[in-house]
Amino acid sequence: MASIMNAGGLPSDQPGYSFSNASAPSESSGPRQHAFNPYTDNGGSTLGVTGADFAILAGDTRSTSGYNINTRYAPKLFRIGDDGDSSSRIVLSVVGFAADGNALKERLDAIVKMYKYQHGKPMSVKACAQRLSTILYQKRFFPYYVHAILGGLDDDGKGALYSYDPVGSYEREQCRAAGAAASLIMPFLDNQVNYKNQYIPASGTGHELQPRAIESLPKEDVIGLVKDAFTSATERHIEVGDGLQMLIITKDGIEEIYTPLKRD
Amino acid sequence: MDTLLAQYTQSPYASEGLTSEEQNDYTETLPPLSLKFALPPVSRPSAFLRAATDDYSNPNCPIKIAHGTTTLAFRFKGGIIVATDSRATAGNWIASQTVKKVIEINPMLLGTMAGGAADCQYWLAYLGIQCRLHELRHKRRISVAAASKILANLVYSYKGMGLSMGTMITGVTPEEGPALYYIDSDGTRLSGNLFCVGSGQTFAYGVLDALYKYDLEDDEALELGKRSILAATHRDAYSGGYINLYHVKEDGWVKHGFMDTNPIFWQTKLEKGEFSNVTSELI
Repeated sequence: MASIMNAGGLPSDQPGYSFSNASAPSESSGPRQHAFNPYTDNGGSTLGVTGADFAILAGDTRSTSGYNINTRYAPKLFRIGDDGDSSSRIVLSVVGFAADGNALKERLDAIVKMYKYQHGKPMSVKACAQRLSTILYQKRFFPYYVHAILGGLDDDGKGALYSYDPVGSYEREQCRAAGAAASLIMPFLDNQVNYKNQYIPASGTGHELQPRAIESLPKEDVIGLVKDAFTSATERHIEVGDGLQMLIITKDGIEEIYTPLKRD
Repeated sequence: MDTLLAQYTQSPYASEGLTSEEQNDYTETLPPLSLKFALPPVSRPSAFLRAATDDYSNPNCPIKIAHGTTTLAFRFKGGIIVATDSRATAGNWIASQTVKKVIEINPMLLGTMAGGAADCQYWLAYLGIQCRLHELRHKRRISVAAASKILANLVYSYKGMGLSMGTMITGVTPEEGPALYYIDSDGTRLSGNLFCVGSGQTFAYGVLDALYKYDLEDDEALELGKRSILAATHRDAYSGGYINLYHVKEDGWVKHGFMDTNPIFWQTKLEKGEFSNVTSELI
């Protein structure tokens, strides 16, 4: 669902500090207890796109709470199972509540490393994706407030991308945007990557028009699309900006590209 | 002396690293039923969960879980047809148009997904494990009745905790024939000929009840399943995307495609003259 379930973030949403108004339906009787507000939305957006032999994950580096920008460099992308020998081919991106995101990264990283030491081979992305789902579901009744995207290369060497909802429902996809500006970026991706609602001119009449075939895009084109997505989101969303971190996963390793975004 | 020495010496690296118990804690995937699920440190965890995730009782809840679906399954002489839409929504936002709402529990059993996507995915995967264990212990396939009851008892043990699922378990076994069960997170477990579940269920029932009979041929039954989901995607805003069609037979299930609704809609309109309420005129 994969994929699914984005934390709202429509352009009209008012950003608020923490979720102090998110309390249970008021109860007139019974003992009252202190409000329990364990979540803050740290804003920002992430994005993942796959190609024939690569996967790209990207995220802006701004961290906000409410209207305050707390830092201009807080990465949302993490290499998973990386113990310094650059054998890692899995990247996790988390957007939502940064503390939960960090905790999630630490858990998954520990498990993937443990797997490697015990079995003497790196974990496949498919296995890692299923494991991440169960980790998220272990906190079904006290969820991680995150929208995670996992990227890597599958057993055939093709780009693989899995997107998650906060409690672990997941789906393999070609591309996915998450976070504050997901509603701005995802329609752009539908159009430019999956060619949704595009037809070959004069290929038929009425409903017999042939849809434009989806092709797997070359890496350079995808990098261009990702940059465009983030510069545009920065223009129209207050929680997105400062810097764009991209991790490009190929069979040769993980390449990191950092490009500045507008800092206003 | 040697025994004394052995008592006080350890193998060189025994104290390093994690103990096998600690490793288990880290790597154990399936919690036992008494459950290691994390709970928030408050007196009523379910109230916290509702405030944080239930956009029905709290529209500005921070964590949005997907809802809105149309799923159906019906028994007929050739087996069972299972059909679903593929849309996932979080509030008004369409989170995905490509959700696989038919869950392949094993090559013989199918489940459907309505309600919380994660709840359905996780617990039907768990059910798959239990079904495999049943096979290994008893050297024969589990009955659909037993499989559905494992799930029903499981969700009943979590009643009130906030699970949200409405699922149908289907399969064909020699002793039961085609079997269909409806299970939801309240603990309901029903067997029946025909069920529709989700926000679009009424629209699907409308078509299905009108045209359903037990003696359908295979191709008629597949067409009816497809047409019922199409009706639901047309009238229910929370349903849409692709139509996922399955046929369950005694030797397992067969997939009959993941079809885009839009061309099917126009095909149905133009070739059969249905949906005549839709015109190309801009009135």
